[in-house]
Amino acid sequence: MQQLPDHHGRFGAYGGRYVPETLMPAILELEQAYEKVRRDRAFQAEFADYLKRFVGRPTSLYYAERLTKRLGGAKIYLKREDLCHTGAHKINNSIGQVLLARRMKKQRVIAETGAGQHGVATATAAAMFGMACVVYMGTEDMERQSLNVFRMRLLGATVTGVEAGSRTLKDAINEAMRDWTTNVRTTNYILGSVLGPHPYPMMIRDFQSVIGREVRKQILTEEGTLPDYLVACVGGGSNSIGLFHAFLKDRHVKMVGVEAGGLGVESGKHAARFAGGRPGVLHGTMTYLLQDDDGQVNLTHSVSAGLDYAAVGPEHSFYHDAGRIQYTSVTDDEALAAFDLLARDEGIMPALESAHAVAEVVKLAPRLKKKQVIIVNLSGRGDKDVQQVARIKGVTL
Amino acid sequence: MNRLDDTFQRLKAEGQKALIAYIMAGDPSLQETEALVLAMEKSGADIIELGVPFSDPIADGPVIQKAAERALRSGTTLRKILRTVASLRSKTQVPLVLMAYYNSIYAMGEAAFCRLAVEAGVDGVIVPDMPPEEAGPLETAAVQAGLKTIFLLAPTSTPARRAMVAKRSRGFLYYVSLTGITGAKLTNLEEVRRNVTKIRQAADVPVAVGFGIATPQDAAQVAGIADGVIVGSAIVRQVGEHAHDSGLPERVGQFVRSLKAAMAALPAA
Repeated sequence: MQQLPDHHGRFGAYGGRYVPETLMPAILELEQAYEKVRRDRAFQAEFADYLKRFVGRPTSLYYAERLTKRLGGAKIYLKREDLCHTGAHKINNSIGQVLLARRMKKQRVIAETGAGQHGVATATAAAMFGMACVVYMGTEDMERQSLNVFRMRLLGATVTGVEAGSRTLKDAINEAMRDWTTNVRTTNYILGSVLGPHPYPMMIRDFQSVIGREVRKQILTEEGTLPDYLVACVGGGSNSIGLFHAFLKDRHVKMVGVEAGGLGVESGKHAARFAGGRPGVLHGTMTYLLQDDDGQVNLTHSVSAGLDYAAVGPEHSFYHDAGRIQYTSVTDDEALAAFDLLARDEGIMPALESAHAVAEVVKLAPRLKKKQVIIVNLSGRGDKDVQQVARIKGVTL
Repeated sequence: MNRLDDTFQRLKAEGQKALIAYIMAGDPSLQETEALVLAMEKSGADIIELGVPFSDPIADGPVIQKAAERALRSGTTLRKILRTVASLRSKTQVPLVLMAYYNSIYAMGEAAFCRLAVEAGVDGVIVPDMPPEEAGPLETAAVQAGLKTIFLLAPTSTPARRAMVAKRSRGFLYYVSLTGITGAKLTNLEEVRRNVTKIRQAADVPVAVGFGIATPQDAAQVAGIADGVIVGSAIVRQVGEHAHDSGLPERVGQFVRSLKAAMAALPAA
């Protein structure tokens, strides 16, 4: 398999750099700075050190025995990214990008956030390094993730609500890009997923690919063999590509990306880009996009703010077309049922995003043999979702 | 020759600078857009830019974002805008330029877009989220159809990028006066002067300046620097405020007249 992306930032037909001229020099500068640290041993050692001592890596690979028995099929392992500092895989990327921003002598960082996990992770990294941090968040998401809003503020970040459009992740990215355009000389934009213009999809994938590298070692120790399936949820797609990347060349390892089916793909209220979208350009990248005939970006729906986005990382579009990764979706209800199931069977509350991956495992495991192995990325913990789950269940806290 | 080149040549001969007026197509309706174009031309606009509304306009500030929302609510699509342009062409020969985000064009297909735009009577296209690096397919289709692709430069553009864009822009070159989004405030006129001077030396086409030009005074000052002055948010704000007045085109025309008068009063640089 060739090295992706190519030097135009393309994964086949997807990716690229569709940004205003004002940002082009900054994008090119970022690309150059990243290419330098990518090969720089001192930087990689510093990054690895923070991941170990600050984030708590490596995260464990946990055999979910009761869930395996209940489903009666393949052996299920959970990659415990929920045990990362701040509660999700997002911190891997935030640390990497904030370290890079420091090398580039930028004093201010900005970020967008959907579920709030990337915002919290970036606010955390910025606090640790004493940098100014502004996080853009749709007001709809601020409501459903109010706990994370408060956490970011406690960490010293400014959280700016975005009222435009669907008031979710897409609109937060619009506003972050406008801020970056205005303050490009002093500010680095810490994008949270494998989205946006080159070099972000590549750089964020690299920072997250520590997940798959660890899993590879861990499963070889546990089982002496590579897994049959890898399963992860796909919003922008950073936790999934982070898990999958180290296994792409292992043709017998099957990979499933799980999108947000919302109220069902046929309802139109979902964020299943591969089921309901077609290629287009949003936020600087060519990729599968939920849009109408005229190219207007559709509003999306998911119970999970982190999956509620109209586009998907361009590398996913490439592997979708190539048939290397299979994409499917589960509904809000299926994800909520998986949330309950994992809490009761394993004593682990998954983030609603990660619950989508668990829901797919609930369907997949019984169809497989007992000696087969599934690894599911538990990308985040569910503490942030407790209030929302209570609301959905009609419980007043 | 074509309408854009003709206009810049005529103005040059007259010692005048081009006033380029931007409105959002379909705000508040495409009918009003037609009336606004005619009124702005009568009031002294030399070139008219029609914004194509997009759901996620990352280069635009709140004034144009809201205009896009209004236009989308009124059912505006790129195809309908092209019908409006075709209808306008029986009434006016003012150069018309579309400003469209790339996905609007990509969704129609580059070749189809360029062919249909030229058939309707569009002279050029500006794509704010399409740097030259990504412009290949659109440029090829545009050359074939006879549509001008207008590129942008910004204060952050490096000398190498200035040289590249100066050679590739057709019709005119759009210099973004500030690092920011539409509707921001213009503060550093000296920087604009320095950059425009450098760009004019390298460019084969006239250089127009946009972003942050809100008043007749701003327009006059920039007219002393560049070949064209682009006014967007300030006009769009007028459209928004008077959308339901019966005299909307006249109101906006009055504002355009004040811009043009201030520009004409100034001796050419």
